[in-house]
Amino acid sequence: MMDAKSLTRIGEWCWRVEPHDGMRAPAILYADETLLWEMDDKVLEQITNVTRLPGIVGAAYAMPDAHWGYGFPIGGIAAFDADEGGVVSVGGVGFDISCGVRLLTTNLTRADIERRQRNLADALFARIPAGLGSTGAVVLAGANMEAMLEGGATWAVAQGWGEARDLERIEEGGRVAGARPDLVSDVAKRRQRKESGTLGSGNHYLEVQVVDRVFDETRAAAYGLERRQAVVSIHCGSRGLGHQIGTDFLRAMAVEAPRTGFRPPDRELACAPLRSALGEAYLGAMRAGINCALANRQILTGLTRQVFAELFPGAELKVLFDVSHNTCKEERHRIDGAERTLFVHRKGATRAFGPGHPELPRELRCFGQPVLVGGSMGAGSYVLAGMESSEAASFSSACHGAGRAMSRRAALKEYSGRQVQDDLAAHGILLKSPSTRGIAEEAPGAYKDLDRIAQVSEHAGLAARVAHLAPLVCIKG
Amino acid sequence: MSAAWETFPHGADIGVRGEGVDLAEAFANAALALTSVITEPTGVRAYREVALACHAPDLEILLFDWLNAVITAMAVEGLIFGRYDVRIDDDRLTARAFGEPVDMLRHAPAVEVKGATLTELEVARHDGRWVAQCVVDV
Repeated sequence: MMDAKSLTRIGEWCWRVEPHDGMRAPAILYADETLLWEMDDKVLEQITNVTRLPGIVGAAYAMPDAHWGYGFPIGGIAAFDADEGGVVSVGGVGFDISCGVRLLTTNLTRADIERRQRNLADALFARIPAGLGSTGAVVLAGANMEAMLEGGATWAVAQGWGEARDLERIEEGGRVAGARPDLVSDVAKRRQRKESGTLGSGNHYLEVQVVDRVFDETRAAAYGLERRQAVVSIHCGSRGLGHQIGTDFLRAMAVEAPRTGFRPPDRELACAPLRSALGEAYLGAMRAGINCALANRQILTGLTRQVFAELFPGAELKVLFDVSHNTCKEERHRIDGAERTLFVHRKGATRAFGPGHPELPRELRCFGQPVLVGGSMGAGSYVLAGMESSEAASFSSACHGAGRAMSRRAALKEYSGRQVQDDLAAHGILLKSPSTRGIAEEAPGAYKDLDRIAQVSEHAGLAARVAHLAPLVCIKG
Repeated sequence: MSAAWETFPHGADIGVRGEGVDLAEAFANAALALTSVITEPTGVRAYREVALACHAPDLEILLFDWLNAVITAMAVEGLIFGRYDVRIDDDRLTARAFGEPVDMLRHAPAVEVKGATLTELEVARHDGRWVAQCVVDV
C-alpha cells in the first residue's frame, strides 16, 4: 500500500513528487485514489530513484498500472538527453526486451468462433508452441540468426510468415534501425536457437477474443473493429535472446558503475551514459532484441493464420497494430517549445502517439495510435488510442496491462488451476495451457481491475478507450 | 525458514532464498529455490550432469552469475535440475548441476525463469548462517 504523504495531488488523476534529496526532476504518477492506494510503496521509491539519473528530461512518469519492478517500476517512463549526459538503463527496458501485444482483426463473428470453439482451441494449442521447454518451427543459427536480428518482422515476412502490408501496422515498420547483432552474446544466440515462433510462459498468451464493448464508434471503425467481431491478440516478447541480453548488460552496467563516476541510488538501477562504449553497445544489442520480438510475433501471426485457414476457409486475419511495451527508443519530442532527440525508456508502458503523428500509418494518422492493453484471462483486453494530450502528459505513453494485485505465491495458495479452467469454461472461455500451476499463478483474481486502469488512462489524457475485447479461447504459456 | 530454501513474494515475480552453514550450501539451496519456481525439486530425476563455473568481483554478483548460469544451462540444454553440488573458493564458483530433460507432463513447469536480477540481492551472514537471495524475473 502506498504512503501518499509525499505526493501532491495536481489533478483528479495526477499526483506529483517535487524534486528533493538529489532528484533532478519531478516524478508524476497517474492514478485515482484506489489505484494509488493499491500501488506498492516500491513504485514511489523506484520512480523517484529514476529521477536521480543523469540527463533526465521533464519528469519520470508512473502509469495507472504501475507496480514494483527492477530499478524502474513496471509502468515507468523516463526520457534522457545524450547531450546532457543522459543514460540508458537495463531496468528501464526490462529482461523481456520489446515484449508487446499484436492484434489481428478477422472477418469472423463471435457466432462463427462459437460453432468451432473447441476445435479452434485444440488446433491453436497444438500449433502454437507455449510454455517452458517448447521449441518453434524455426531453428536459427549463424547468418540466419544475424539476418533475423537485423531484419525483425521484415525478415519474417520475407521468410513467408506474413504479408508486406502487415509491416505497415508495426512500430518502426517492423524493423528497428541501429541493431547490432554482433554485440549480442553467443549465449543469447544459443538460447534463441529454437525459440523463434514460441509464446513463452508467465503472463504471455494468444487469445481469440470478441469485441464486446465499443466506446468510440469513429475510432473503432477506423481501426476496423465492430461489435461481435472476432479478433486475435498475441502477447509475447523476445524470448531467450532478449532475456540473456538483459542479463549480460545488467551485469556489465552494475560492475562498470564504480568506474563511470556516477553511483546509482540503487544497484538495480544500473545504467551507462548514452555516449559511452557500454551504453552504445547496449542500445545496439537491445535493438537486435526488439527485432527478435517483432520477428517472433510475426511468426506466431503466420502460425495463427494457418490454423484459421484450416478451420475457417476464407478467413482473413489483418494486423490492426503491434506495440512493444519494454523498450528504449530514440524519438523526437518537443520540450519547452524546442524539438529534441531523447531516449525514451518505457518499462511496462506503451507508446501512444496522438492524432497527426507523422510516424503513424497514413490511414490511422488522424485517429491516433492504437494502444493495445492486455488483461487477465478472464477480464479481457482493451484497445485505446493515443490522444493529443499524451505527448505533454507522458512523452506519448500509456499503460500496458492490468498489473498484478497478488503475488504468484499468494495466487497459488488461493487458486487451483483446474478450478480456474472450469470457472472460465462456465463463462464460455476455453483455456489451454501446459501447466495447471501456471494457470493458478495467472488466475484472473490475481490481477488488478483493468476497467479502472483503462478509465483512468482516458481521464488522465494518456489514451482514450476505443473498444473492450472479451476472451473466447486462451492459449497460455 | 523451515526448509533450507524458500521463495518470497515480489510484485509481479518471485524471490528465491537459500540458507546454509557455508556460502556453498546457501548458493546450492538458492538454486533449489530457483528450481521450485518452475517445478517441485523432489520430482526431478538427477541422471544428467552439467558442470558450471563463474567468477565475479563480489559475492552478490557471484550469486547473480550463479543463478543465471543455472537458468542459461536449463534453457540451452532443455534440462531441469533437482540437485546442485557447489564449491566456492574466494571469488570463484564451480558446481555440478544434476537433472533431466524437461518432461511437460511430469514436471508441468509453472513458468520459465528469464533471469536473476539485482533486486533484493543479498549475500550475508545472519546468526551464524549464510543467506543468499534475489528476485528472479519470470
